[in-house]
Amino acid sequence: MKALSIYQLRKVYGNGFEALKGIDLDVEAGDFFALLGPNGAGKSTTIGIISSLVTKTGGRVAVFGHDLDHAKEAAQRCIGVVPQEINFNQFEKVLNILINQAGYYGIRRKEALWRAEFCLRQLNLWDRHATVSRQLSGGMKRRLMIARALVHSPRLLILDEPTAGVDIETRRSMWRFLRQLNHEGTTIILTTHYLEEAENLCRNIAIINHGQIVEHSSMASLLSKLQTISYILELKRPLSRAPQVEGYAIERLDDFTLAAKVPNRLGIHHLFTSLSALDIEVVSLRNTANRLEQLFIDLVESQRGERLRKTA
Amino acid sequence: MNHSVAFQTIFFKEIYRFMRIWPQTVVPAAVTTSLYFLIFGTVIGPRIGNMHGLPYIDYIVPGVILMSVITNSYGNVVSSFYSTKFQRHIEELLIAPVPNWVILAGYVGGGVARGLVVGGVVMLIACLFTDVKVMHYAVTLGVLFMTAALFSLAGFINAIYANSFDDISIIPSFVLAPLVYLGGVFYSIELLPHFWRQVSLGNPILYMVNAFRYGFLDISDIDIKIAVGIISGFILVLVLCSLYLLHRGTGIKT
Repeated sequence: MKALSIYQLRKVYGNGFEALKGIDLDVEAGDFFALLGPNGAGKSTTIGIISSLVTKTGGRVAVFGHDLDHAKEAAQRCIGVVPQEINFNQFEKVLNILINQAGYYGIRRKEALWRAEFCLRQLNLWDRHATVSRQLSGGMKRRLMIARALVHSPRLLILDEPTAGVDIETRRSMWRFLRQLNHEGTTIILTTHYLEEAENLCRNIAIINHGQIVEHSSMASLLSKLQTISYILELKRPLSRAPQVEGYAIERLDDFTLAAKVPNRLGIHHLFTSLSALDIEVVSLRNTANRLEQLFIDLVESQRGERLRKTA
Repeated sequence: MNHSVAFQTIFFKEIYRFMRIWPQTVVPAAVTTSLYFLIFGTVIGPRIGNMHGLPYIDYIVPGVILMSVITNSYGNVVSSFYSTKFQRHIEELLIAPVPNWVILAGYVGGGVARGLVVGGVVMLIACLFTDVKVMHYAVTLGVLFMTAALFSLAGFINAIYANSFDDISIIPSFVLAPLVYLGGVFYSIELLPHFWRQVSLGNPILYMVNAFRYGFLDISDIDIKIAVGIISGFILVLVLCSLYLLHRGTGIKT
């Protein structure tokens, strides 16, 4: 079953800007799905339309088979949204924020109380339940928005850059929580600028750019398209110039550091063997960017090039 | 689906909001009206003499109560709904399966509740200055409730269009206050020259004040049936406007 089905979705804002140019997108139930794209690509507009915050210009959206135009309430019941910006009442207590949200979904106070406690405990916020929300730290506010989105037990959770601005420890604990949630059956759609996050968490991916879907596939098949991986090599002894190894582009960054572009067909083992034959000893290596980041940049850059060519 | 829980959530959230900040929401009306009763009723009133055969303080009590109801029910909804927009937690409601009429009913209910609470407080204060009697309870309560609902709806529409905190104070200061003060709260329009009497008949608040005064004192410058008809007509128009604006997403959706 499809958790989300989008067909020919268009959005033209009042100033004439076409944010979405007829996108098609399917997300299967149970998936952990990444929706990526540069700033202004149309990610937040798409999420806004799915969550009824933005009015679409054309097209169809269905959530677990419920069409947003014809069965809006049934569709809304299935969705939980964690927006990019803080959007809860900053003067309200943490517990009341969750109880009110449950009330909007028709959950009576008695049941809302234990649901709120359950969600807050899961996100390690129960000890702050009586705190006025503006007194929470940035990471706690993000977790509160996740707890609020889960209080009515949605089947589809949409997270719009949920870990923006949070420290590494909080981010890692949120990843663990989201993995567990997905494992228990909740479909998750994630937008993020941390591509490492998407690569770690998501099974399927769509990349949106200039209001169009430019890539829609599984994470594994997308990553397999990567032709070259860039590495930084730290050397044991200094070098005065970059070594020449056939098939590899090697650049000398300083006396002890080389940058190497390694084609997948040759692999890194052959590079090590060749360097060793030249009496160059490598003490450590690291990626310059993660794999998805490299693909993402390639895709966005190639789109930009195509647009520039068309304009010319 | 039964939306009563969603309605109760919005309604009680609104009541909790204005009760939590009662020094800002209830006390100012009590202080202002005490001063009205003291100055216009006790100090100046005896020099003015009788109005419609009643002591001046008795004559102004219903109008002063209704004036507080009007400003507080309007002020409650306009400030609460605008803050909800400003802080973006209106999104909590928009993503949830809450129909527009429930959102409207919840906020208007909150405005009516504040209007009634403040109206009750002002009534108690009036009892300290004069012997307040109610001649027609049904008319009094009906007009009180309808007026509070009408101005809550007006506040809601103001909040929908408002883009800044300045926008929520312009209407109360430059439209509502003059209409209230010129709406026969402190005088009978029979005292006015013919031209200004006719002009006053174009002020909707005149009908509400007179209908309310009829409920208290059994006197009115206006036919009570016309007054109730005008209030009902305004409520209907404002309900339809509010629902249309919510449906279009004016000021709350992009």
